Amino acid sequence: MTDKTSGDLKLTGITKTFETFTAVDNLDLVIPRGSFFALLGPSGCGKTTTLRMVAGLDQPTIGQIWIGNQDITDTRAYQRNVNTVFQSYALFPHLSIVDNVAFGLRRRKVSDYKTKAMEALELVQLAHIAKKKPGQLSGGMQQRVALARAIVNRPDVLLLDEPLGALDLKLRRQMQIELKQIQSEVGLTFVHVTHDQEEAMTMADTIAVMNAGRLEQVADPATLYERPTSTFVANFLGQSNLLKATVKGRTSTTAELDVHGVNLRLPVDRLKATTTELWLGVRPEKVRLAGPVNGGAADRDMADADNQLTGVVVDASFTGLATNYLIRLPWGQELMVVQQNDGTRSAARGAQVTLGWAPQHGFALSADQDAHAGAQDQADDSGAI
Amino acid sequence: MAGQVAEAAPPTAPPSASSPVLAPRRARRNYTPYLLLLPGLAWLVVFFVVPMLSLASQSLQTGSVDSGYTMTWHFQTYVDALSRFWPHFARSIVFAGTATVLTLVLAYPLAYFMAQKSGRWKNILLVLVIAPFFTSFLIRTLAWQTILSDNGPVVALARAVHLTDLLQLLQLTSNDSLMNSRFAVICGLTYNFLPFMILPLYASLERLDHSLIEAAGDLYATPAQTFMKVTWPLSLPGVVGGTLLTFIPASGDFINSRLLGNTQTVMIGQVIDSQFLRIQDYAVAAALSFVLMLIITVMVAVYVRRAGTEELV
Repeated sequence: MTDKTSGDLKLTGITKTFETFTAVDNLDLVIPRGSFFALLGPSGCGKTTTLRMVAGLDQPTIGQIWIGNQDITDTRAYQRNVNTVFQSYALFPHLSIVDNVAFGLRRRKVSDYKTKAMEALELVQLAHIAKKKPGQLSGGMQQRVALARAIVNRPDVLLLDEPLGALDLKLRRQMQIELKQIQSEVGLTFVHVTHDQEEAMTMADTIAVMNAGRLEQVADPATLYERPTSTFVANFLGQSNLLKATVKGRTSTTAELDVHGVNLRLPVDRLKATTTELWLGVRPEKVRLAGPVNGGAADRDMADADNQLTGVVVDASFTGLATNYLIRLPWGQELMVVQQNDGTRSAARGAQVTLGWAPQHGFALSADQDAHAGAQDQADDSGAI
Repeated sequence: MAGQVAEAAPPTAPPSASSPVLAPRRARRNYTPYLLLLPGLAWLVVFFVVPMLSLASQSLQTGSVDSGYTMTWHFQTYVDALSRFWPHFARSIVFAGTATVLTLVLAYPLAYFMAQKSGRWKNILLVLVIAPFFTSFLIRTLAWQTILSDNGPVVALARAVHLTDLLQLLQLTSNDSLMNSRFAVICGLTYNFLPFMILPLYASLERLDHSLIEAAGDLYATPAQTFMKVTWPLSLPGVVGGTLLTFIPASGDFINSRLLGNTQTVMIGQVIDSQFLRIQDYAVAAALSFVLMLIITVMVAVYVRRAGTEELV
């Protein structure tokens, strides 16, 4: 509450090992005060361990945790002005809803705890069930009580550990919007741990993608999606087409690339000066199709699509909103293309097509990485939802 | 989906054809649950209700074993028995109560450790708790005679740290000896009923979700507050179960005070035992049994109400 303790949350050189397993590996992270920050990654990437260390439930093996200019590394959980919304909600079954919410206030000897607890329940629209016990509530209601119980203490940092994981899809969507509204209303720092990339993108100002105990990339959702810096991020957030490319020449604005004998271009600022080999990435919805069936309209669309390839349609699946194509390129690689269902284009299986995309929609990733990193994790997690 | 289909099907198919046939069937009650209750009920009637009535009638009869007993509705037996033996009742309740508190104090940390912290040692510890049952109750109680004997190491240690002086001050010893004293009887009771306290406590602490303890810490509760506000209230079903399983049999116990006590430590169970088997005054013995049962029932009822465990179980 005082200026001494409030401020940015900083993790410096955090490592956590469990016997032989390194859960978190030399993590440096700054989470600005008042931001909605998401820690995103597949199961076992160390995101929950990181959260528990901030909460004080686990001790880092090496490194420090700071809130503002105060080192809280060696303080116990109950001494930290940090509250957690647990994945299982962890509501006290023997206490009424209002007593659950007032629990933290009463430990801190806040005098008007009853009023404040009721205010917090009103914020999550549950004031009418204040006298009930947690066992009498639905999962969605329990989730909101858990949120109210944490928010009521006005912590410097509010930690959310997969808070929507147990809810069904419709309720998740609703709670995502509600959580975001509540965050902007109360202005607290939210750190949200999730394995659901869509949830992280929808809610967070800034996302830190974690993989195998390390940070892959920290950025706002749009940057993360448009300019991933690793194949893991490119595949874990949405889908990516990655093409093996070699740098042939550079001008002041553009790099000329060779992709299996085809000339493609990329803005030169996407590349490091020394790069010669790279993965050229492009998102499926950025690629446009032209082919025998298309008339002038499609050709007009292709006007700025300087990067052009040819291929054969091997699969076309209509999803209503769009059609997902799988195009086999001359060297055998299959490219994903998503065409919005705006009534102009269609291509049948077996059709010879031309594909194209604007050079600025491409991104470059260093060639020494596994092109499939993160793809499997994402498939697993979306399957689990 | 399959379940929904199965539920939806019957109302559409049977009404026209089979409902007149089914109607009388529906009206019949389903007797299966009562049939399943029957063996248990029969057991209770033969081995609980009948002996209870027999005991009640015995307590109101007069006569002797040689000349036979006749029913005389002699309520005076209760008055006589109570006025003669009320100190034994009081002593039994004090001894059993003390032993119950001691088992609780000993068992709680142990059960907590086993349930929350022992990891893969959990099963081994559980077996160790139950292991004493493989030896006879009598043998285990007799072993305390050796443990507390005047020239044993336990007594020597107790003397060295002046524990004996403290116990003497509390009038728990007899003539500077730990054996054949109130102290020995309470030790025996505590030892013998300890597993009956540990197991229910373990069961309720094992169910305790560890994230609740973390949540309490997260909400600024110190470890002591976490125990008082979360762990203890959530373990109350185990505490109530354990104290009942300890207190009830301990208050009627007649072995510990006979083997480890003296004439000043006689408990009511011992009195009933000797009234039935040695003095053979069946009426008094039956009356004492009845009063003991009544006292325990009232105490337990008050205790369970006070503890308010209905919501927690």
